[in-house]
Amino acid sequence: MSEEARGAVLERLRRALHRQGPGASGARDAVVARLAAAAPGLIPARGDLGHEGRIQLFTAEAEAVHATVRRLRRYDALPEAIARYLRERNLPLQLVMASDPLLAELDWPRSMLMVRARRARDEDAVGLTLAFAAVAETGTLMLCSAPETPTTLAFLPETSIVVVAAGRVLRAYEDGLRLLYEERTTLPRSINFVTGPSRSGDIEQTLQLGAHGPRRLHIVIVDEPVTRSGPRSWA
Amino acid sequence: MQPTSLAFKDNARRAMADPVLQAALGFARTGFQDKRRAAALRLPEFEALRDQAKAIKDHTLAHLDLYLEAFEQRVIEQGGKVHWARDAAEARAVILRLCRAAGARSVTKSKSMICEEIGLNEALEASGIARVETDLGEYIVQLAGETPSHILAPAIHMTKERVADLFAEHHGRPRVATPEALLDEARQALRQRYFEADVGITGANFLIAATGSVVLVTNEGNAELTQGLPKTHIAVASLEKVVPTLEDACTLLRVLSRSATGQEFSAYTTIVTGPKRPNDLDGPANFHVVLVDNGRSQVVGSDFQDILRCIRCGACMNHCPVYLTTGGHAYGWVYPGPMGAVLTPQFIGIEQGHHLPSASTFCGRCEAVCPVRIPLPKLMRYWREEQFTRRLSPPTVRYGTRLWAFAARRPGLYHLGARFVAGLLGLLGGRRGRFRRLPLAGGWTGTRDLPAPTGRTFQALWRARGGGS
Amino acid sequence: MPASPQPRVALFVTCLVDLFRPAVGFAAAKLLEQAGCRVEVPRGQTCCGQPAYNQGDRADTIAIARRTIDALAGYDYVVVPSGSCAGMLKKHYPELFDAGSPDGERARDLAARTHELIGFLVDVLRVSAIEAELSVRATYHDSCSSLRELGVRRQPRQLLASVQGLELAELADPEVCCGFGGTFCVKYPEISTKMVDDKVAAIEATGAELVLAGDLGCLMNIAGRLKRRGSRVEARHVAEVLAGPLTAPPIGGAGS
Repeated sequence: MSEEARGAVLERLRRALHRQGPGASGARDAVVARLAAAAPGLIPARGDLGHEGRIQLFTAEAEAVHATVRRLRRYDALPEAIARYLRERNLPLQLVMASDPLLAELDWPRSMLMVRARRARDEDAVGLTLAFAAVAETGTLMLCSAPETPTTLAFLPETSIVVVAAGRVLRAYEDGLRLLYEERTTLPRSINFVTGPSRSGDIEQTLQLGAHGPRRLHIVIVDEPVTRSGPRSWA
Repeated sequence: MQPTSLAFKDNARRAMADPVLQAALGFARTGFQDKRRAAALRLPEFEALRDQAKAIKDHTLAHLDLYLEAFEQRVIEQGGKVHWARDAAEARAVILRLCRAAGARSVTKSKSMICEEIGLNEALEASGIARVETDLGEYIVQLAGETPSHILAPAIHMTKERVADLFAEHHGRPRVATPEALLDEARQALRQRYFEADVGITGANFLIAATGSVVLVTNEGNAELTQGLPKTHIAVASLEKVVPTLEDACTLLRVLSRSATGQEFSAYTTIVTGPKRPNDLDGPANFHVVLVDNGRSQVVGSDFQDILRCIRCGACMNHCPVYLTTGGHAYGWVYPGPMGAVLTPQFIGIEQGHHLPSASTFCGRCEAVCPVRIPLPKLMRYWREEQFTRRLSPPTVRYGTRLWAFAARRPGLYHLGARFVAGLLGLLGGRRGRFRRLPLAGGWTGTRDLPAPTGRTFQALWRARGGGS
Repeated sequence: MPASPQPRVALFVTCLVDLFRPAVGFAAAKLLEQAGCRVEVPRGQTCCGQPAYNQGDRADTIAIARRTIDALAGYDYVVVPSGSCAGMLKKHYPELFDAGSPDGERARDLAARTHELIGFLVDVLRVSAIEAELSVRATYHDSCSSLRELGVRRQPRQLLASVQGLELAELADPEVCCGFGGTFCVKYPEISTKMVDDKVAAIEATGAELVLAGDLGCLMNIAGRLKRRGSRVEARHVAEVLAGPLTAPPIGGAGS
């Protein structure tokens, strides 16, 4: 039935668009070319800043949508910074995290944090993951699904902590996409552009945080450049 | 959904007498409009982006068949499946078949107007499959046994008191009244059901031809949870949702959130491409896209093609004085406001839907705020032409219009008639200067005085004073 | 800049002005003459055709348009004391005909010469101030066509600012339709009345004694509701105030 429907729908469209007429192959070429080029459109000038400017813009925009942002010089300061964040909010010193070696190598026990590297489950209160990149334009994180960074880490727990390398705070979404094309051979199952915690205005237009996704979003920007060999480079 | 658009006037009357609805619309009026204005002012490139967004949609529509074929091919390459449906019945059949194949006892749904359009909710219920709406507004509307009254904010017509009543009734817990507590309760109520669902059904804000991706935009994060947790994800989308590339989608997304709610960007923009990858720890194993025609292929190439640019932002209804007076239900079908006034007659016929494009002053605010510059008043006027040609207007209106036009084409007759009417009404209106009642003018004088002519027409006076030409 | 030392202007008065309020026509003529124009009122003018157009009667609209284009041929400018009628001539007439056709050309030519009154005074004749005086607290309603079709917003305010003694208080939400909409107000009277009630509430909130606008349709709708509600607020066409000493009672006011 779907085959028949497919044929009927496409046939009707072709007729409506005069696909059989002159210029038909020209149309096909135009489509192929546009798809291959994947050219960005107009990108607002807002994010057109240097490295420091982009980080400042990102921070301001993310805070405006109720995320909290912290900046660290080095990755080894991460466990203590996270422990402090959780203590300040009376949250348990326990989290599930991405299994990327960058995080696994850190000294979590020293900060009294209990960590597990796996996907998130319903009972997990805090999730920690690595962002693929960040977008200064609107304070947006770009999260890509992967075995090391399962998407549930940023969606199921009430508190989501996301780490992003300072060098990957980019101007615009399109820059993030281009980086993705360069670094990976295929698109991940999901790309999530996350701007602030979960929210809803459905009850009398009042803004409420924590509808289904995380109620709290904490972003940690780390300056330390990281180089590594292997399929996933971070520098 | 059975249309009640023919009863628009009665629906509207009831809506205007409903203080709860009017209060709710009052919130919407200031909220959405002020926020959109602020967001537009904040972005210098906003107008240029609107132009680009329009261009992207126009280009895509002109090549819709080719982009749909490219999209389908990419989805299949990623390991997903594409199903085509000519109409609502076929779409429902496909979706139910997929749900049964997945052994679904319960499905989660994120907000989808196309699913409303094809009547999926009733079909799921009739099949004994539990339907869990995850969008908070849709969830509330489901509890109330109602339909959405706005394409973005389905429960916009309800106050928090009403929501509190509904929750108390359905959740079996003591009544809470603050928005925070209500949201908490909804979050808890829905949580478990996310994990129990066998199938997740979403709509699609955009379909990406270059990559075979589906783009889902929410503020709650419910789209990711709806499609990411169950084993099977079904995305339902009408044909015109396809755009060429992810980069094109970025342009559209920039104008979408600003136009809709005044946000710089929605909280969650989820781009899903195919089922989970072999080593992924989460994600659906099965990925299906259902492409729904249901009349779009008729609109392509017609005078109404521009309406297919619509990206379902809701700005038009947020700024429409008629919508903000009557609310969405008065429109009687799935799509309310100006875009609903153009779409609805296409689906249910102009005979049933004629009130919708008629109940407009053509103030033009909708077109002024539409991110893809759809000429909504012009399209509504096309429907009025259809209505006139098919003699669907009341005879008094039809003959009145033709009579007036007859005179207007004949200056001599016109001036004579005008002098007569001016003289007569001037005499009757006389000292008071206005009428409280006038035969044949009940529509006006029911609630307004009618200022009286002064007795002589301007042109007569002008000539009398020796004015030229 | 004017086309010649004394531009030849056709005043297209509109059917509402012709029938209901000649004072607006005379005020418009006076303003144009004061600004150096030679004003004529072509006999062949009747109605711009909006009623037929908005009812979906395209055939009659086209017939009326042809007549109107004929009647207004040969003038340097066509000036209209109404945003909606000016918009009809300027924006919609060209859409009635095929782009390259003779009718289409003539419609385009007329459109290029057509202007709403206040926009014409300020933007074309470069009138920057008016010598008039009226001690009153007034507010201004922007008609939808003037605002969105013709870009007339700043100009009436500029001229009103130069009227001695006139204090202009802005409406809170100035871009909202008053609910007239031609036949809309009689086809959907309940919705129309709610819309005009919102407008009346906004007017009253400014504390103004007088509401002004550039469209008689809006003004009759607003004035009619004001009067029915027993309000003391008066309504006039903005041209009346700009043209100097008032010559007529307010819209819907007593006596003549």
